[in-house]
Amino acid sequence: MAKIDVSIETNDRPAPAPKHPNTCPSCHSHYRDDELEGLLWVCGQCGHHFPMRSRARIASLADEGSFVEEASELHSTDPLGFFDLRPYTERIAEAEMSTGLADAILIGRAAIDGRRCELAVMDFAFMGGSMGSVVGEKFSRACDSAVEGGVPLVAVTSSGGARMQEGILSLMQMPKTVCAVEDLKDGGQPLVVVMAHPTTAGVLASFASLGDVSLAEPGALIAFTGPRVVEQTTREKLPDDFGLAEQNLRFGHLDAIVPRPELRSTLARLLRLFDAPE
Amino acid sequence: MPQSEHELRLRERLSRLKNLPLLGGAKLSGELERLQRQIDRIQAEPTEGDIWRSVQLARHDTRPYTLDYVERLLDDWFELHGDHGLADDGAMVAGLGKLDGRTVALVGQQKGRDIQERTRRQFGMPYPEGYRKAMRVMELAGRRGFPVISLVDTPGAYPGVAAEQHGQGGAIAQSQATMCRLEVPTVACVIGEGGSGGAIAIALADRVLMQENAIYSVISPEGCAAILWRDAAQAEKAAAAFKPDAAHCLELGVIDGIVTEPPGGAHTDPDAAARLLGESLRQALDELDGVSGDELRRRRRAKFRSLGVFA
Repeated sequence: MAKIDVSIETNDRPAPAPKHPNTCPSCHSHYRDDELEGLLWVCGQCGHHFPMRSRARIASLADEGSFVEEASELHSTDPLGFFDLRPYTERIAEAEMSTGLADAILIGRAAIDGRRCELAVMDFAFMGGSMGSVVGEKFSRACDSAVEGGVPLVAVTSSGGARMQEGILSLMQMPKTVCAVEDLKDGGQPLVVVMAHPTTAGVLASFASLGDVSLAEPGALIAFTGPRVVEQTTREKLPDDFGLAEQNLRFGHLDAIVPRPELRSTLARLLRLFDAPE
Repeated sequence: MPQSEHELRLRERLSRLKNLPLLGGAKLSGELERLQRQIDRIQAEPTEGDIWRSVQLARHDTRPYTLDYVERLLDDWFELHGDHGLADDGAMVAGLGKLDGRTVALVGQQKGRDIQERTRRQFGMPYPEGYRKAMRVMELAGRRGFPVISLVDTPGAYPGVAAEQHGQGGAIAQSQATMCRLEVPTVACVIGEGGSGGAIAIALADRVLMQENAIYSVISPEGCAAILWRDAAQAEKAAAAFKPDAAHCLELGVIDGIVTEPPGGAHTDPDAAARLLGESLRQALDELDGVSGDELRRRRRAKFRSLGVFA
């Protein structure tokens, strides 16, 4: 048998021409910005879930005016002096400018249909939702805040994995967030995870997989290793639904797949069952 | 970096090294020379070439693997097989043995020597079943009060279809959570490649050590180069940028001590490498002796929760 090549091959193929972000990649329906917003970024024709930004996600889940953001002052630094084709500091600055966020996660107190909870919501638009020191720290603080407030933690994940530019420190955010979740559970509070597209690698292999209840959005890629790398390293033929939420549900890794328009009511039901009255 | 800041960092690193209990122990056992060599090496900022040399030594064909150390360090080794559910993963070994007459549990990834064994052991890349085997043995140790030693040597967790279907991400998370809950002393040592999530799954320990020429990283140099430089051939440059070598890991506070290797690398003298590893493991376990289980767990969590740099 041939030696398994664990490296990722060079991909010199040009990327396909970028489609308009408001064009549905599965049925090609096209929407105006305000139409998509009204539909919670779900295609009205085929149900495809477009990426949803973290502030919009919070607005769609939390009772109006209930969200009180925490740890918003935390910013990434460049512990390794990392430089690939561009310096890491430049990449951070660019992501801050284009997203209006300090990093790839927002945390804070909120209420969903009158039930108090702690919210931690990731944003894929900020460097692919990658988990560096700031994401790890903010998620951990959300765990502590949930225990302090005596409320459950609801985490919405969307991440390509660890932030390579922080080297080994980004890997260490995995045990860090795992320890924080264990502290949360020891503190008597449940973790509800909602996996949005994509939830992969370091985030899936740490706190995202430790939910007492694990939900996912339809069609979300939920895999430790993504399909391209699996195909290239093992030359295996991939099933059509490889790594998708639907396959994960079938194999018992999820409790339910919840379409975005039903997410708020689903979380409200769960929070009522967990009994955290205002 | 301005010169003064650079000097400051070096001096800080040196003083930290000198204060390390592990190295203090080495001094006591009369191996000043070894300590000095280590300090000299670490005092000099590792160059791109030094880092790449570690990458190559960490992956050396004849580098001692987990079972080579088990054979030399543990008496009465009893290997436990399978996750008692689905399969026995050859990439992960787990079992019980005696270290200085005291029962310990040991888990670790295992690569293969020849092509048959490499295939059987998936080149040291465990399936979820491997992590579940490690978990059940660590839980047994926790129940019986045995210290847990984990030896980390993997390019990463196995990236295949079945591994995903069996829950690779969840298994790695659960394995960390299991280590996070243990109320017994735990020591991990990276003995070769500490590849990403597949490595950290069994490295959430009270003391984390690294052999001098081991590497510990979030992604392989080739993978990093392919993604960030869009060219896997830039691996040497990538390795220099993300600094997977032991000296940098110590500086960043990710590991607690460096285990010296025989000059030329562990493969040049596996017996000496095993002796040096054994000394460090014993010292680490001695330091943890007498600390209550509750306190061990509290300190372990506090340590990992403090990792990260932000403003």
